[in-house]
Amino acid sequence: LGLALYASSLCAVSGATFLYHDYCVIGAGPAGLQAAYFLQQAGRDYIVFERSHAPGSFFALYPRHRKLISINKRYTGKSNSEFNLRHDWNSLLSHDRRLLFRRYSRDFFPNADTMVRYLEDFASLLKLRVQYNTAIIHVTLEKNEQAWNGHYFLLTDQDRKNYKCSCLLVAAGTWVPNVVNFPGSEYVEGYETVSINPEDFTGQTVLILGRGNSAFETAENILGVTNFIHMVSRSRVRLSWATHYVGDLRAINNGLLDTYQLKSLDGLLEGDLEDLAIVKDKKGKLHITLRFYLENRNISAGIDSITLPQDELDNFATRAPYDRVIRCLGWKFDFSIYNRSLRMMPGKGNIKKYPQIKPSYESKGTQGLFVLGTASHSVDFRKSAGGFIHGFRYTTRAVHRLLENRHHGVPWPSTVYPITQLTNSIIKRVNEASGLYQMFSVLADIILLRDNATAFEYLEEYPIGVLAELEMQTGRKACNGLFVIIMEYGRNFSGADKDVFYYNRAVGEAQHAWQSNFLHPVIYYYKHLPTEREMRLRPPDWPLPLPNAIHHIVEDFLTDWTAPNAHILPLRRFLENCLSTDLRNFFAESCFLFAFTHQKLPPSCQQGYIGMQGLVGSQELRQHAVQAGLLQDYTHTDFSAGRPPDSHDGSQQQLMRDHGIPVRPLQHLVNAKDE
Amino acid sequence: MPAQKDRWVSSLIFLLFCASSIPQCGSASLQQELSPQHYFSGLEAGKTSLAFFTPSVSPGAQPFWEQIESSAEALQDYGVSVVKVNCPKEDVSRYCGKENALRKAFLFRGNRLIREFPTDALFDVNSIVANVLFALLFNEVKYVETLADLENIENVLKGKSNMVFAYVPATGTAEHRAVMEAAFVYGTIHQFVLTTEAALLKATSHDDPDVSSAWLSFCHCQRATEPAQPCRRTALAQPLTLLNIHRHLKLMGAPLVTKVAEDPEKISTVHLQLGLPLVFILSQKETYEADRRTAEFVAWQLLGKAGVALLSRDLVELNVLHRSNVALKTPDEGMPIQYLVLEDTDEVITLVEDKNKVKQIQEDEQEEEEDEDEKENNNQDIQDDQVVEAVSRDKKRELPLEQILVLTEENFHSSLSEAASTVVLFYASWEAVSLAVLRSYSEVAAHLKGTPGVLLSRVNCWDWPGLCSQENVTQFPTIRIYKEGQQSVTYGGMWGTEELSSFILLSQVSCPLKLATMDEAERYLRGEFPSELSSHHHTSLLGVFSSATSKAREAFEEAGNILSGHVRMGMYFEDDALALSRKYSVSPPALLLARSGGRSVEGMALSKHSVQDMVQMIRYELLDIFPEITVPNLPQYLQLGKPFLILFSAGDISQVESKEMLKLAKGRPQQAFVACWLNLKKTPVGYGILRTYFSTTPPLPLLLWVNLHAGGQVFKFPSEQSITEMNILSWLEKLQAGLEIPSSTLSEEDWKPPLPAYNFLQMMEPSVPELSPHPGDTPAQHRPKSPGGDTAGGDTAAREEPSQESTAEEVGSPGRGLRGTAPRLAARDKQGKRHSEL
Repeated sequence: LGLALYASSLCAVSGATFLYHDYCVIGAGPAGLQAAYFLQQAGRDYIVFERSHAPGSFFALYPRHRKLISINKRYTGKSNSEFNLRHDWNSLLSHDRRLLFRRYSRDFFPNADTMVRYLEDFASLLKLRVQYNTAIIHVTLEKNEQAWNGHYFLLTDQDRKNYKCSCLLVAAGTWVPNVVNFPGSEYVEGYETVSINPEDFTGQTVLILGRGNSAFETAENILGVTNFIHMVSRSRVRLSWATHYVGDLRAINNGLLDTYQLKSLDGLLEGDLEDLAIVKDKKGKLHITLRFYLENRNISAGIDSITLPQDELDNFATRAPYDRVIRCLGWKFDFSIYNRSLRMMPGKGNIKKYPQIKPSYESKGTQGLFVLGTASHSVDFRKSAGGFIHGFRYTTRAVHRLLENRHHGVPWPSTVYPITQLTNSIIKRVNEASGLYQMFSVLADIILLRDNATAFEYLEEYPIGVLAELEMQTGRKACNGLFVIIMEYGRNFSGADKDVFYYNRAVGEAQHAWQSNFLHPVIYYYKHLPTEREMRLRPPDWPLPLPNAIHHIVEDFLTDWTAPNAHILPLRRFLENCLSTDLRNFFAESCFLFAFTHQKLPPSCQQGYIGMQGLVGSQELRQHAVQAGLLQDYTHTDFSAGRPPDSHDGSQQQLMRDHGIPVRPLQHLVNAKDE
Repeated sequence: MPAQKDRWVSSLIFLLFCASSIPQCGSASLQQELSPQHYFSGLEAGKTSLAFFTPSVSPGAQPFWEQIESSAEALQDYGVSVVKVNCPKEDVSRYCGKENALRKAFLFRGNRLIREFPTDALFDVNSIVANVLFALLFNEVKYVETLADLENIENVLKGKSNMVFAYVPATGTAEHRAVMEAAFVYGTIHQFVLTTEAALLKATSHDDPDVSSAWLSFCHCQRATEPAQPCRRTALAQPLTLLNIHRHLKLMGAPLVTKVAEDPEKISTVHLQLGLPLVFILSQKETYEADRRTAEFVAWQLLGKAGVALLSRDLVELNVLHRSNVALKTPDEGMPIQYLVLEDTDEVITLVEDKNKVKQIQEDEQEEEEDEDEKENNNQDIQDDQVVEAVSRDKKRELPLEQILVLTEENFHSSLSEAASTVVLFYASWEAVSLAVLRSYSEVAAHLKGTPGVLLSRVNCWDWPGLCSQENVTQFPTIRIYKEGQQSVTYGGMWGTEELSSFILLSQVSCPLKLATMDEAERYLRGEFPSELSSHHHTSLLGVFSSATSKAREAFEEAGNILSGHVRMGMYFEDDALALSRKYSVSPPALLLARSGGRSVEGMALSKHSVQDMVQMIRYELLDIFPEITVPNLPQYLQLGKPFLILFSAGDISQVESKEMLKLAKGRPQQAFVACWLNLKKTPVGYGILRTYFSTTPPLPLLLWVNLHAGGQVFKFPSEQSITEMNILSWLEKLQAGLEIPSSTLSEEDWKPPLPAYNFLQMMEPSVPELSPHPGDTPAQHRPKSPGGDTAGGDTAAREEPSQESTAEEVGSPGRGLRGTAPRLAARDKQGKRHSEL
């Protein structure tokens, strides 16, 4: 009997009560909806679970003071939609041009309510399959050899309803407030609940714990009405314009830095919150002391018996008592709903608020579980934009492409071009691609060379952390060498203590491009796909292992890398030398000459002219080329037969190579931009 | 060139290796000994050492010791150790005691004193090495003072071994050292004879030698059998350095004439390895003995300048002219072997000497160029792309683009419906080829202005990437013609104004055009119908089908779609099609071709029914029999993959030539070549071709046979013969038989990068391992990490309590740095090498 009971319950667990989907997405925030969009476009079987009744529930509450710090740049002077996404940090990716954030808000820093409205529209206009009011409270695994990853994910919601999926995409964000426990922490108010009405702070002295954007946002709101505000945190303030990391303190929130440095009573302090203690005196004022003083004392004995630092050090900085202490310490991932078998472990060090994942965004503990959105920021924490909408909209797309290849045999999308288009395809992408630009040093465009370098295959926005697994992850072959195109800041330029305004910070000359400080394209050339070992042993601070050759396109004030001499020419030389070929363009006339005088032709003649697509060129252009000494004009030179020639054998070719008249770039003008 | 230098260096290294490996050598270069007793007790039998005795408190002239120290290193290679013995003050023994002994150096073998040198004879490394080796090679190097002494030695050696006779103006010089070092290696093989007597040098040479410079000649005494005859001598033409002597002796050691029975391409001899050319005397069985004597004669003349090989043609299958009797192989890799017909041995010698001279000049030039390159930083930053440069020089000129509608994402689809056909140029405003085409396109616009039903427009893909990818445009530039209700047609021809205009006009008319009446068909063949095309003179194609032959008609229509815009195609399948076909004596399905305005109509049966075959056949039929080759039409003829018989003419060709050539071309229907002509007035770039072939422009008209696809030889029709079918045919026969010598050969060179790229990897490397600022940088550019150092004025609290996080980072980074260093350094070496190969 017991056996029978057991068997029937098992049946119930594994059978009918489960609703099955190939993909389950937890969370209908920006990342969850973005993932849903791609799954929907690909026609996959998916469902999104959202605990609230509407998408983007986090934005319904936060930021408390309602101002988003992601920019909504509505004008760039360009119509290129891909380029414009570089300066639109709020839109999600879709084919629907109505779903651009600039159509939702005129503010440069929009209101959070607009984001909620936008996400609602995104879900409804695109008819994404979101199941609201469903809070997943438990996730576990069911072993099954038939399953894609050897197991199914079993999800349970608050109503004990069960769901089963082959692949789990966790886009739940980080929403559990970070709390510090120290004696007296009960007197501390949390960012989640603190009043946002400045009136409530009139004439008060406030201590804020934390040094992130939420702390400064809170301070900014009450700066005008308080006596003074002190901020304390463990580490120095990190300014985003010095670190080039959008998660650090943004200039829009830094009013308190002003008043601190101008000695207007507000102040910043560094100290470990774990060492802190707060005691309340009889008047209800809060005093700062050290946990160390409390350890030997009986707290119940009352405030008078407790040593305060100023008793020993009478100029102790925070000796003035506070009326309120506010905690603004950020958020962490909710690890609690995952069964131990999923091994969802927190990261180590400063990424402990995020679950441990691989550079492919797959959980380190469980195959088939991918973390998307803010919770996936451990991959590029304090480096790139993977924790923010404008970054994770691209990493989500990358994860989707990985999944398409892994589970549906759809290889990573790519385009094949003839080799003559190599320089062009790179220039096009570095000038407009948004994913490369936002997810600098994380996502890369990959060029896979094909047979004898006569053609190549272009793959966009592949996560470079898994470069070694490229063939397996994309279903494309990389046997003839590859180029990796990423964007980088200068290696020693960014950092909390760096002066980013020093003279001559910008490099203007192409030959010094490797010293460029601001974001600029870098192209790595590998003869063979780097191995996992090479990836591991890459030089510190390098996103990739040492390549066979490297090229930096010199940084540009306008981020417009289309200058023929400063940008395109050095790039062409680099590509030519990697491939050991001549990638110059030739007019049909030159190709005609080569066809009669050479057994082999340069690629541009071979693929263009010989393929009947020769560049005839207008009269003016040929005239210019003649004047530049790059094309010989035979019309007037040599009519009398037998006249000795101006130069000996192969004069034309010599001319081509030596190019008579130098065209010096105006170097002083190039450099003038800093002064 | 570099390859050759490498070979030299490697043989020098080999030489040194031999030298150093014969005797065992000490590990330290200059030994110090505490006392004479200590020194003498340590002397091993058979080991050579050069000792200097100094008072323990050495007043020592520093530069002198430096010379000794560096000579110690050099001598170590010859198994000689150099020892500095400190004499204690009270020592009064043989070597230490006497004042003058301290001004001498002593050479010991074991503990036997071989030679004393006054230290003023040992003024530098050269003199020390030269003198020590001179003393050691007492037997191997004979010193002579008179002509009689020299002749004695010569007579003894005759028939036995060879002699190396060297004159140096003085001993102890670098040349002396070089001779001694060479003698150390070759002393057992050849007898070395040395003199410093200028008179002796004068007596041995015919002309007046320069007695102030050293002189070395190799005396071939081994070959000299007659006692009365002096040994033949070959002087070393280069300065006396170890490398040159070594090279000279190697060459002298090589066999005079190498007999080969192998493909010359595969032969490699000492000469080629040392960067000298190799002359092949091509011989036949009948003349072998005479050829051998010739070869030997030439070999003696060229000794030291080139190698000579005797190749029996009977044994090797050679694909060259029968008349050829000499071949020249140069050491430069990739240079083909030259086969020549020479009359005189002098010609062979001049040929080699000229080659060497040219090479010498080239080398000099190259060096100069390299120097210049370094100064000029390789001109890397100067534009060498003719298209990019031309476009950027033209960018200030405003283009007349008013006729061309600008399309955007918003108006693209609505605009397409406005005209019967819309031509769209997809381009990128930053891309040079696009902009070059845009210029031609604006000319097309001016050309077609007022043509009804055609709308010219453009899309800048840099502004509208979404639109371009939606239209599946992946390359710039792309031109498409959109017609209402039809699939768009992508242009696949030359980017020239004329070609584009003609394409657009032809695309106006459907392809193939369905003709309704006999009259229309006739007018179509005359080029009068349809009226849109009357201004354009194309060959007209007319497919004639009886309604029963629908399969062929379908294929024809399909072929028309493919050839749309390039070919004028019509089709007639009315009931009276049979009448039409009968008129041109064909039976349907048939193809009628009306060339040049319908003056002649050819008819042919349409036997092929597959679309591809039909397209190919139409393309083939459209080619002229004896075309004028122009820049735009060459690719069509190149595709045939045949050699070209091309007549270069300064202007129009004469009636006579034209007739003869046409006869030739028509005479052989399935011919193996393309007969064509080139009008230099119309296609002046032809002068460039002629100059490449002949350096100068030869008299015109000029008939050439150009093997464009196989081998690349260019043959010139003898200018004294007149261009007639007969003459050409007999010349072609001779060509085929291999009886003619090519005037030129097309370069086989690969298209390598014109200039190197910036080697950023190398520039970055110094900064990589230490993670420190680059030494050449201004301090501001990479500020060194100075924790707290320049935060003066920052908040005090920060300094009192350095945050845990930042310290952890700082501690962490050097550790990481070290971990990465070893593999990275290892990898770096490889990188550097690899990159230089690129």
